[in-house]
Amino acid sequence: MIPAQFDYQAPATLEEAVALLAGDPDGARVLAGGHSLIPAMKLRLAQPQLLVDIARIKSLAYIREEGDQILIGATTTHYQLESSDLLKNICPLLPACAGNIGDVQVRNKGTIGGSLAHSDPAGDWPAAALALSAELVLTGPNGERTVKADSFFIDLLTTDIKPGEILREIRIKKPSGRFGQAYQKVPHPASGYAVVGIAVHLSLNADGSCSAAGIGVTGVSTKAFRAQGVESALTGATLDDQTIPAAAAKVCDGINPTTDLYASADYRRHLAEVHTRRAIKAALASAK
Amino acid sequence: MSNKYVGQRVKRTEDPRLIKGLAHYVDDIGLPGTLHVAFVRSVYAHAKITGIDTSAALAMPGVVAIYTGAEVADKIGPVPCAGALPDLKVPDHRVLAKDKVYFLGHPIAAVVATDRYVARDACDQIIVDFEELPVVTDVEEAAKGGPVIHDAWTDNIAYRLTSGEGDIEAAFSAADRVVKQRVLHQRLAPIAMEPRGVLARYYPGEQELTLWSSTQIPHLMRTQVALMIGIPENKLRVITPEVGGGFGSKLNVYAEEALLGWISMQLGKPVKWIETRRENMQATIHGRGQVGDVEIAFKNDGTLTGLRYSVFADLGAYHQLLTPAIPTLTGLMLSGAYKIPAIQMNITACFTNKMATDAYRGAGRPEATYVVERALDLVAADLGMDAAEVRRKNFPAPSEFPFHTATGLDYDSGDYEAALDKAQQIAGYAKLREDQRKAREEGRLIGIGISTYVEICALGPSQAMPAGGWESATVRIEPTGKVTVLTGASPHGQGQETSFAQIAADELGVDLNDVTVIHGDTGVVQYGIGTFGSRATAVGGTAVFVAIQKLKEKADKIAAHMLKAGASRLSFEGGKYSLEQAAAAAATTGVSDPVVPVGEAPAGALPEPQTDGKSSITIQEIALAAHIAKDLPPDTEPGLSATYFFEPKNFTFPFGTHIAVVEIDRETGDIEFLRYVAVDDCGRVINPLLVDGQIHGGIVQSIGQALFEEVVYNEDGQLITGTLMDYALPRASHIPRFELDRTETPSPVNPLGVKGVGEAGTIGATPAIVGAVIDALAPFGVKHLDMPIKPENVWRIINNG
Repeated sequence: MIPAQFDYQAPATLEEAVALLAGDPDGARVLAGGHSLIPAMKLRLAQPQLLVDIARIKSLAYIREEGDQILIGATTTHYQLESSDLLKNICPLLPACAGNIGDVQVRNKGTIGGSLAHSDPAGDWPAAALALSAELVLTGPNGERTVKADSFFIDLLTTDIKPGEILREIRIKKPSGRFGQAYQKVPHPASGYAVVGIAVHLSLNADGSCSAAGIGVTGVSTKAFRAQGVESALTGATLDDQTIPAAAAKVCDGINPTTDLYASADYRRHLAEVHTRRAIKAALASAK
Repeated sequence: MSNKYVGQRVKRTEDPRLIKGLAHYVDDIGLPGTLHVAFVRSVYAHAKITGIDTSAALAMPGVVAIYTGAEVADKIGPVPCAGALPDLKVPDHRVLAKDKVYFLGHPIAAVVATDRYVARDACDQIIVDFEELPVVTDVEEAAKGGPVIHDAWTDNIAYRLTSGEGDIEAAFSAADRVVKQRVLHQRLAPIAMEPRGVLARYYPGEQELTLWSSTQIPHLMRTQVALMIGIPENKLRVITPEVGGGFGSKLNVYAEEALLGWISMQLGKPVKWIETRRENMQATIHGRGQVGDVEIAFKNDGTLTGLRYSVFADLGAYHQLLTPAIPTLTGLMLSGAYKIPAIQMNITACFTNKMATDAYRGAGRPEATYVVERALDLVAADLGMDAAEVRRKNFPAPSEFPFHTATGLDYDSGDYEAALDKAQQIAGYAKLREDQRKAREEGRLIGIGISTYVEICALGPSQAMPAGGWESATVRIEPTGKVTVLTGASPHGQGQETSFAQIAADELGVDLNDVTVIHGDTGVVQYGIGTFGSRATAVGGTAVFVAIQKLKEKADKIAAHMLKAGASRLSFEGGKYSLEQAAAAAATTGVSDPVVPVGEAPAGALPEPQTDGKSSITIQEIALAAHIAKDLPPDTEPGLSATYFFEPKNFTFPFGTHIAVVEIDRETGDIEFLRYVAVDDCGRVINPLLVDGQIHGGIVQSIGQALFEEVVYNEDGQLITGTLMDYALPRASHIPRFELDRTETPSPVNPLGVKGVGEAGTIGATPAIVGAVIDALAPFGVKHLDMPIKPENVWRIINNG
């Protein structure tokens, strides 16, 4: 439980952080809340040469509205998201997701950017980011680029972040019209990570039918994914006791669920279906 | 005794320092020049060591020394095993592996460096060549033969033992019915919040070694480590500073404790090792680990006639202190709370390529209770009887105590029906069953589980213990009237600094704040046995109580002398001795003021008590007079202290009824608690707050065993649940509200009437929880499920019918 030796830098600005990463693109790692990276280092599964601590860059922690978007700084903590009155009002999926992460201590330290960049296959934020079609702003030595959540998560612990790049901001289109959201999670009894986590965003027509759906799934596979089969089954449909279960049944289409000591692939598939159905119903019930 | 404190919910005097982070654990103790130790441990479960190259590590800046098994194994005696059984095979387990490793985490080399980080980094630079050997992790495979772990023998069977009384064959042949069930007690990890840790400091001039260790048994450890490393026992001092829990895992003498002491003697410097959580999972003892078949014989009316339990006990790769003894404790408690005329236990205890098992909270008794309670549920199911009624039918009546069991014990006292009645009343049992019936009609799965347990506590009479079952206390009143209690018990979280002070304050009529309880330092405290087996209060508290009576005998004489009582009698009330005619007046004054108030201490000499013309005197004033010693009765030793070593005549047998109510989510198999009722009888209660806390913690650990926890090794002997990311400890969110109550049946075994409560929760609760889940699944024909009962198992049952 003692990490290997490493250097540590706490730059004051994002530019300095980018420069430090550029100095050692392979050996340097970005440290934010440290709740994924440091446990890995203590087990010596990760042995970075240099930690670039961006948690001290004050300007990277914020939640604000800008035009039709919600902008969230990468080092915003889970707790800040969980307790944001603004988000509870305009995008309640985000506080709901945050409140399901770990425990109070974890939520006080862990950050949304760290969680997304780590891309743990059972992390909570990837599901919400996918359901909300978030955009991720990456800053690197060659400037800035924006990646859609859909193409951001590549594989187990692997994202589209290139060496030298830092995830700076998460952008979400402000939900408008009539909509409903929910996050349903089965936490692993030991780790608290998602055995299954289902994030749902439903846009609703005046007649109650679904105009668009975003379904993000975590914990089930080697990476979080959008359940497109469910989304298309819901879109245009009247949401009732026939259509919702029928849609939820498609959640693992094309996916080979993970097996571990706690849950087999079959059981995970089943849980994903049950909780997708429950999450859709909860989202529908929350719609105003 | 006045009862100003005893029986009251006195808040723990230990807590402020713990809550504020001001307490001192081993790792909080810093000595100048301390070197740090890290261990190279085996990454294989079974392998020959064909070579160790330490040269690169030794060359690292900051590395002071590296010790391997080849260098030290023969200089330090084997890790001790106190379990004495006929024909027991005891492997020669050395502090470091010499030419072979036989479990994952087996220590191979110790690196000493100037800081923890260098020590740990150096471990990665030590190259150990292994030649892998076939592995046996399954206890039944080990019993059949499998790869033999210890070259000294030709099989893996450490011992076989048959125990019990009564004609078991006749009991089974005369029965109307017999049910049989295979029952698994999975391995658990004790996971004390503070892992183990040792700081050793040797003074070469004085030739004195001090070991600070996070242990439950400082004196036994001193004796054993002295023998292991060859230092005179009276040159070794063991101090247990704050200990962050043990749950039995620190009722042991570990390789690291002896090795650290020895290294400090080699280097003449302090050395420290603090166990990491990963080491804690790999190389601190595990608990439970039994698989067996229970058969129970009974009549058509539910009367039990016989019980047989044939079990394979998974001892792990070698013996720690009490490893082989734990399954025998299971055998002792197989009568449960019931009259069973014939009982037989057949143990086949085997070595496997895993960490040793040993005492974990309950230590063999949870296994017994689980077996018996599961069997009673099966009897009830077989006969279509209510689970409570089949239990009630087989209880011994209160008039039948002392009650002799077919396991050879004499239960001290009990009123099992009273506890069951009370629990049923609190739970609203009849209505619960009615609610359950209605819920089933609606398709809901609600289950009610009952456990009417008995446990064995206050371990124990020395005849029944490997090395002394007594406990010691010294009580003295200092010149300033402060009371010092030195207890040989070594509490490590249980709260005896508070409860023993309550006993002393009431017996001496002093303020609770005037009493300090000192424990866990062999340089200060007379020899003691330790805290385990729910013994500290029943045995150690009794020693305190009796020592105080001895002290008061002396104080009586001094009081009579000072008050010039002559032939008139003295009374003792509220801390004051009074001439009989003044007694009524003195009693109303209550607790006395301190003899020397803070800030008023005289320079140089202590004030002499003025008794001329007085009709009463406080025991604290007597202490002052006893120390000044200018006016004592003839032939009276100065000072006011007494020591007592209490040898109990029997164990004590607490009991109770736990009722769990659960509901299962049909779709997911999730298990949710609806109610949890526990009525426990631990004899007389010194501090209800502490008792409730012990019950809470025990039930929580039972929930862990029933639903989450399991140490899992794969077939190669790799530990799959090696971190707390994989090994599921129960969390606050898993815990229901507990509805607790008590009955109080005093024990006749000790003058306090106390029985012990440290392990009741882990013993009584597990069968109630498992029983509730099984009862919820009764519509699917389920009669038994193995622990931990995971939602997936439940889901499969519901879906496969």
